Amino acid sequence: MRIVVAVKYVPDINAERKFADCRVVRDPAEGTLNELDENALEAALQIVEALPEGEQESAEVVAVTVSPPEGDVALRKAFQMGVHRGVRVSDDALAGSDYFGTTAALAAAVRHLEAEGPVDLVVTGMAALDGLGSVVPALLAAELGRPSLTFAKTVAVAGGALEITRETDEATETLTAPLPAVLSVADTANRPRFPNFKLIMAARSKAIEELSSADLGLDPAVVGAAGARTETTAAAPRPEKPEVELVQDKGEGGKALAEYLIRNELV
Amino acid sequence: MTNRTVLVLLDPADEVRSSVLELLTIGRALGRVEAVTLEAPSVEALAQLGAHGVETVHQAELPAELRGDARHLSAVVAEVLAAAVRRTDADVLLAPSTFAAKEAVALAGRALGAGVIIDAAGVAEDDEGRIVGTKRVFAGAWDTSSRVTTDVAVLTVRANAVVPQPAEAAVATEVEGFAVEVGAALPTVTSRTEKERDADRPTLEEAAIVVAGGRGTEGDFGPVQDFADALGAAVGASRDAVFEGWFDRYVGQTGVTVAPRLYVGAGISGAPHHRGGMQASQVIVAVNNDPEAPIFEICDFAVVGDLADVLPQAAEVIRAHKAAR
Repeated sequence: MRIVVAVKYVPDINAERKFADCRVVRDPAEGTLNELDENALEAALQIVEALPEGEQESAEVVAVTVSPPEGDVALRKAFQMGVHRGVRVSDDALAGSDYFGTTAALAAAVRHLEAEGPVDLVVTGMAALDGLGSVVPALLAAELGRPSLTFAKTVAVAGGALEITRETDEATETLTAPLPAVLSVADTANRPRFPNFKLIMAARSKAIEELSSADLGLDPAVVGAAGARTETTAAAPRPEKPEVELVQDKGEGGKALAEYLIRNELV
Repeated sequence: MTNRTVLVLLDPADEVRSSVLELLTIGRALGRVEAVTLEAPSVEALAQLGAHGVETVHQAELPAELRGDARHLSAVVAEVLAAAVRRTDADVLLAPSTFAAKEAVALAGRALGAGVIIDAAGVAEDDEGRIVGTKRVFAGAWDTSSRVTTDVAVLTVRANAVVPQPAEAAVATEVEGFAVEVGAALPTVTSRTEKERDADRPTLEEAAIVVAGGRGTEGDFGPVQDFADALGAAVGASRDAVFEGWFDRYVGQTGVTVAPRLYVGAGISGAPHHRGGMQASQVIVAVNNDPEAPIFEICDFAVVGDLADVLPQAAEVIRAHKAAR
């Protein structure tokens, strides 16, 4: 069993996130592993841990990120959780990629790993907390020509097949597909593990494998700002809200709330 | 460019939800609107489409094996959308911002070589006639504008972007079938149970007023639901409350993202996850017994107090106010 987990280095949602020159500011002091990717890593590790003895030893979980070198913090976190290898695809030509450019780079990295041996499963989080598009997993499946099983709430791998359940906006569904497949994991799927001391120590010395666009045979015309089909032309912070009108409930709080709503024609 | 064709996804086709009516309103400002469906539209839906200026509905005819539950897979919907855009030579494809439609639209954009904007809060054209999508990002803290540089533009639009308006004159609506082949690798849908829509309350995604409960409810959503009903609002929860099993749907950046006229958070502290799903709301009100709750930082009005006392009292005053009108 070989599993690739695609992870993203994003600005911390607890920090002040901002744009400069219409691009997201990726300050290394405020950058972190996309929290939703922890669910993807946890799912991948649980799949390996559920394998019969004898298959676990040969299993491999590889975290892959498309990022400048600062993104190594995301891979370090993946190592702390227990992945075996970390791969970073870095290239100035990748900056400004849209959904399709990012997908092309991730797909090329998966194919690069496939040259070493089959990749049974590609796992992602349900979205990245910077862009929140949540479309790259499906695009990646299409690019790799594999079935797409996204937003999984439960995950099971048995007999060479993947089965998930999920809650869509309209329905509760069970989906199955033979491996290889692409899986995205909802944030309700699991509780990501806390790294133990041994893994934290080991993560420090793990080597990160670096790849460039040229290593992956990526066409520069389809990635980065050059290949993007959309361009951000303006980005501005919203004006600050006026001071909150705060009422302490001393028995009349509900009345005050109703009167505020009525006064502002919200009822 | 007023001779533009704008194609709007109508799925399901038994009713035209307010999110689709918004898309038709946006679409008419950009050109001529047409609709695409995966099933026969209901009589009621056809009447609504006519009132909103849709002359042609393109109904996909899928291979027999994909007419059941599999037709809801985003890879199938994507092939329908791409085929419909090619068939109509559409310039713009619009869909609501549901997780499924986002995937379908992105895959259609891939098939068409078109630029894709997800979660637009507004759609317009620039001086050169290119489609521009505005977005509210970083938990509502920033506004961005993105331009689609390809000839075909594909967008999902969040609910409450515009107020739906019918066309100046209603038109007769015709349904045209078209065959769609699906080549994508698909999973098998082994079971599918449609969620029942609460007929008495608006849906969370589309509601003009949302009332959400969190940890402070201590598991009792009664006061939250009663207050919501007094306002005619949709009910949601925080992610914590859903993890506790107290409610089924949560407002948050990975749950339902809402931008209603009025949002009321009861017993919700306002963690970044939750704020990411509601901070774009026009008016934000909170009730929390913790005066240090972070949600107070982004509120317009707040009551420091116990929601079990505050909400019933407020509901009573609102009901009396409505009855006196």
